[in-house]
Amino acid sequence: MLANYAFIGIFFVAAVSFPLAPLVLAFLLRPKRPTPIKQSTYECGLEAMGDMRMQFKVQYYLYALAFVIFDIEVVLLYPWAVAFNQLGLYGFTAATVFLLMLFAGLVYEWRKGALEWV
Amino acid sequence: MDWIALLILIIQCFVIALGVTTAFAYLTLFERRLLARFQNRIGPNRAGPNGFLQPVADAVKLFFKEDVVPSAANRAVYLLAPAMAVIPAIIIWAVIPFGCLDIRGNWQACFEPQATTPLQNILQVAEINIGVLYLLAVTSIGVYGITLAGWASNNKYSMLGGIRSAAHLVSYELALACAVLAVVMTYGTFSTHQIVVAQAGLWGIVPQFLAFVIFMIAATAEVVRLPFDLVEAEQELVGGYNTEYGSMKFALFFMTEYIKLIAVSAIAVIFFMGGWRFPGLYTLGAGVENLAGPMAASIAVGLASLGAFLLKLVAFLFLSVWIRASWPRMRYDRLMDLGWKWLLPLALLNIVYTAVAFVLIPNETLASFVLLALGVLTLVIAMGINRVPKPVDNVTYVKDLKEMG
Repeated sequence: MLANYAFIGIFFVAAVSFPLAPLVLAFLLRPKRPTPIKQSTYECGLEAMGDMRMQFKVQYYLYALAFVIFDIEVVLLYPWAVAFNQLGLYGFTAATVFLLMLFAGLVYEWRKGALEWV
Repeated sequence: MDWIALLILIIQCFVIALGVTTAFAYLTLFERRLLARFQNRIGPNRAGPNGFLQPVADAVKLFFKEDVVPSAANRAVYLLAPAMAVIPAIIIWAVIPFGCLDIRGNWQACFEPQATTPLQNILQVAEINIGVLYLLAVTSIGVYGITLAGWASNNKYSMLGGIRSAAHLVSYELALACAVLAVVMTYGTFSTHQIVVAQAGLWGIVPQFLAFVIFMIAATAEVVRLPFDLVEAEQELVGGYNTEYGSMKFALFFMTEYIKLIAVSAIAVIFFMGGWRFPGLYTLGAGVENLAGPMAASIAVGLASLGAFLLKLVAFLFLSVWIRASWPRMRYDRLMDLGWKWLLPLALLNIVYTAVAFVLIPNETLASFVLLALGVLTLVIAMGINRVPKPVDNVTYVKDLKEMG
């Protein structure tokens, strides 16, 4: 069984070599004539203004935070999901309680307005 | 493990990687020709017969293109980002079963849930018992490539695209993971091969219809295809995260997107459409074995299953081009609402449905149909609640304009 993970390793080598080969080939073939104008940052054809790393809406960050919490909860459900047919009523009840907690968390965020895009 | 087996494995890995990259090249042609048909155009047809050499021409052009690295970019991350995007997209394919061809002629093992002799399937690189977790993990890594590309370019448009992608991709990943969770519950295994084997009677779309709908929407969002392509919205962000990329590095991002599209279609086929199975495959194997022995039967089953898998895959790819041709882009707040307020609660509800149905109803077929009915009912109710106001009718709008002068 463990050998199968080694297969993934060999496949990984293939996966790295396939994008790498065209990159190397293109590096050998293409012209290289850089000028400062060419290498300037693109912004509507005019000179770029201000700082590129600008401020962004806090909502993006809030969604990412909410994701971290929910994703961990979903990952915790996976071991139960694969065996829930053998766990019977006890496992079912336990998981339902857990799911309810997950759902309560979603409702709380919803009511708090963390999911609104303002 | 002997040397011949290792050699077969290495050849198999390179053939699959080559096949995937070739499939990407021809998917671009497939999509351009089809989109042209949807828009009443002809599409690229000059390079080779019916435009068959168009991907080659595109590749040649990209090879000779000058590569401009912006001087303001964070060079190391800028160069690393395309690789970080494309490698996860390719290694997804390690656990996807394209078919079932046992090289020892033991073709019955393809159909047994607990095979007595280990299966030597050369149409799947690695049959691991956590295949589904592997799929989810690898698809999650893909977000880094896109977000880092947007950040490292040091360009406002790229930055916006990168930030959008971070929030967008994680939001839909959640719904995707919940939909897949219900599939795992139905079949009680993480192995992709075993999930296909378990769909002997009913295909996964029957017990998991709701999961199928959620999966298709979330998967389209995960590969940032048209109704959800806010990350690279051309009209607002020029090119989104890949604005500053050119030449082969741009091609790698393009490749990532399309290989991921093929991969999620393949995953949809495996989970919901019976994978490489089709009715009569076992009879075919038995018939060929009577005529020409087990080895021939194994090859026949292998080729037939591979053909069935590819046919279903092409059907899904056609569907995704059709979706791209039909829907306009969503607004960002609507996108987030759909992910968090619709897909996620529906997916959680689907988990509850699945658990209740399989615990309370001992007959699995009956439970599957109960789940189908529940899923359809829930979708109808959800669509009823989420009634979008009708867009202004074009004819009356023009008439109003005329009256106003």
